[in-house]
Amino acid sequence: MTQDQSTLLEVEDLKLYYKTRRGVVRAVDGVTFDIRRNEALVILGESGCGKSSLAKALLRLLPRNIEQFAGQIRLGGVDLMALSDNRFRREVQWVRVSMVMQAAMNAMNPVMKVGEQVAEPLRIHLGWSKERAMQKAAESFKRVGVSTDFLDRYPFELSGGMRQRVVLAMALVTDPELVIMDEPTSALDVLTQASIMNVLKRLKKELGTSFILITHDVATSSEIADRVALMYAGQIVEFSDASEFFHHPAHPYSKLLMASVPRLRQSEPPEYIPGQPPNLLDLPLGCRFADRCPSRFEKCQKDPELFKLNARRRVKCWLHQGGEE
Amino acid sequence: MGVEGNEAQDINGARSTLLQARNLHTWFELRKWGFLRVGSVRAVDGVSFELARGESVAFVGESGCGKSTLARTLLGLNKPTSGDVVFEGKGISELNSLELHSYRANVGYVQQDPYGALAPFMDVKRLLSEPLIVHGVKSRSERLRRINKVLEEVRLTPTDEYLSKFPHMLSGGQQQRVVIARALILEPSMLIADEPVSMLDASVRVELLNLLKNIQRDRKLTLAFITHDLSTVRHFADRIFVMYAGRIVEQARVEEILDHPQHPYTKSLLAAIMDVNSDNALHERDIPVGEPPSLIDPPPGCRFHPRCPAAIKGLCEVEDPPDFEPRDNHLSKCWLHR
Repeated sequence: MTQDQSTLLEVEDLKLYYKTRRGVVRAVDGVTFDIRRNEALVILGESGCGKSSLAKALLRLLPRNIEQFAGQIRLGGVDLMALSDNRFRREVQWVRVSMVMQAAMNAMNPVMKVGEQVAEPLRIHLGWSKERAMQKAAESFKRVGVSTDFLDRYPFELSGGMRQRVVLAMALVTDPELVIMDEPTSALDVLTQASIMNVLKRLKKELGTSFILITHDVATSSEIADRVALMYAGQIVEFSDASEFFHHPAHPYSKLLMASVPRLRQSEPPEYIPGQPPNLLDLPLGCRFADRCPSRFEKCQKDPELFKLNARRRVKCWLHQGGEE
Repeated sequence: MGVEGNEAQDINGARSTLLQARNLHTWFELRKWGFLRVGSVRAVDGVSFELARGESVAFVGESGCGKSTLARTLLGLNKPTSGDVVFEGKGISELNSLELHSYRANVGYVQQDPYGALAPFMDVKRLLSEPLIVHGVKSRSERLRRINKVLEEVRLTPTDEYLSKFPHMLSGGQQQRVVIARALILEPSMLIADEPVSMLDASVRVELLNLLKNIQRDRKLTLAFITHDLSTVRHFADRIFVMYAGRIVEQARVEEILDHPQHPYTKSLLAAIMDVNSDNALHERDIPVGEPPSLIDPPPGCRFHPRCPAAIKGLCEVEDPPDFEPRDNHLSKCWLHR
């Protein structure tokens, strides 16, 4: 890998709160991370931990009931929060950052040929002509390993794995610097899942694109992860290199999560994490994991900060207050 | 939670067969304009096996391999086109409606999507009363006693708190517990669970699988467990049946299959499963090309041959392989073992 390794995206203290009838939901609550060029960051977490909200906040795909949307997002040095909606849509959305939505393969337009759907971002965001866009779409199809014969098909004529590849082609067609993928393989069979992961690995090597992969599936995430951010109740509780995270998790939640992953080639049965995550409407004042944590002590009544273990590793837990291990 | 290798044996140590599938075919007819027959979808196409009392087995395969149709056929919800399901020595196609009624009480069903399986306008008490009423438990207090007992068994306690709840008020894991409770309430001797945890969050999955496993052990239930996730079966099943395109291509005890897979399809399925490791990101995986065949017009000979890396020219695409026994008690439908 000879690609540029400079920082691509920096997110600092990002907050996204929703207004609901029952109160304020703190879906993303002070999240800080960064990602380099040609790096794959996996955001792990249980459902309801705010990982999909985080993805949507990065692309500014927000619902109307926003209570607060604040913090810093910088893409290659450009302050994205300062851009107007119009400029953001023209210059960033789908041009520099694109997204594969959760269940996108089932959300394609059923009455439009898939080739045209893949070409659409080029025509809408970049104003390309139809012929030029279709040519680029064909190229994008080849990249993800779908024959260009399929350009003229309709979504129902494609299998699930094929449609997922097409959705990926749509995200890649504008040559973005960053692709955000929300649960791209969770609805697929194991063999299809593995072949999609193969495509992603190849794309990462060939194109030098950065990826953010959002998932709850630890095993699949290890297929591509360079770094891992583990979310719990709207916050990142551990942020570290993939090998450190998978082999020596630091946060008590990370440890329990890793023990709950069923392994095919291991005879110990997986464990489970007792209890349930806290309600995002009514969060505890101290550490949000304290209620389920086996190693909680008095200090956990206060909210821990993100302690730095080494240059690239941070853990939000009082046990690591001392810093370097 | 320690799950010992519990043998599928009754108290005397002998295997006694509870259910048998005999050359089961379930085809769905395809029609044009409502009357012209244009072919059939061969969802289950020649499946035979035996389940012993108290045994826990897993049917593993990709979507569209016929495993859910097999479950529905075992339950008597789909009529087999040919072949029969034999339960306690009696073929279910020969049962009259009264006997079928009691057969259905004897085989519980846990659906894949708990929210879809629970009527949204019924509270938990009514959901669980329904099967009791249908099966003639007339006394209200007796019904309530049994509901409380089964709710305790699936760990929805205190039970009073849950009785008046509607499905939308419960989390996915709790909904699935209600579905399990409903399947258990008629004291069945067998439970068929169709992807019972695939819709749930990863951290809840293990908890629910443990619950099912413990219930199976305590009640000495026969459990048929349909799944596409091989990584959990080691701990929750005794035997595995690997299905491909409507057939069982390999069957053996769990450790035997996981440690010594014989069929090329099983091998590739196992190779595709990732155990967490940061080295995974470094290399691509060997995945067979293509996709499972259409069940309307399956390929001749072995159904895996178009994707098989070891296909033998002139044999595999011509003749259907029979079951071979390359290792003790380990069957594999593949010409490589001839």
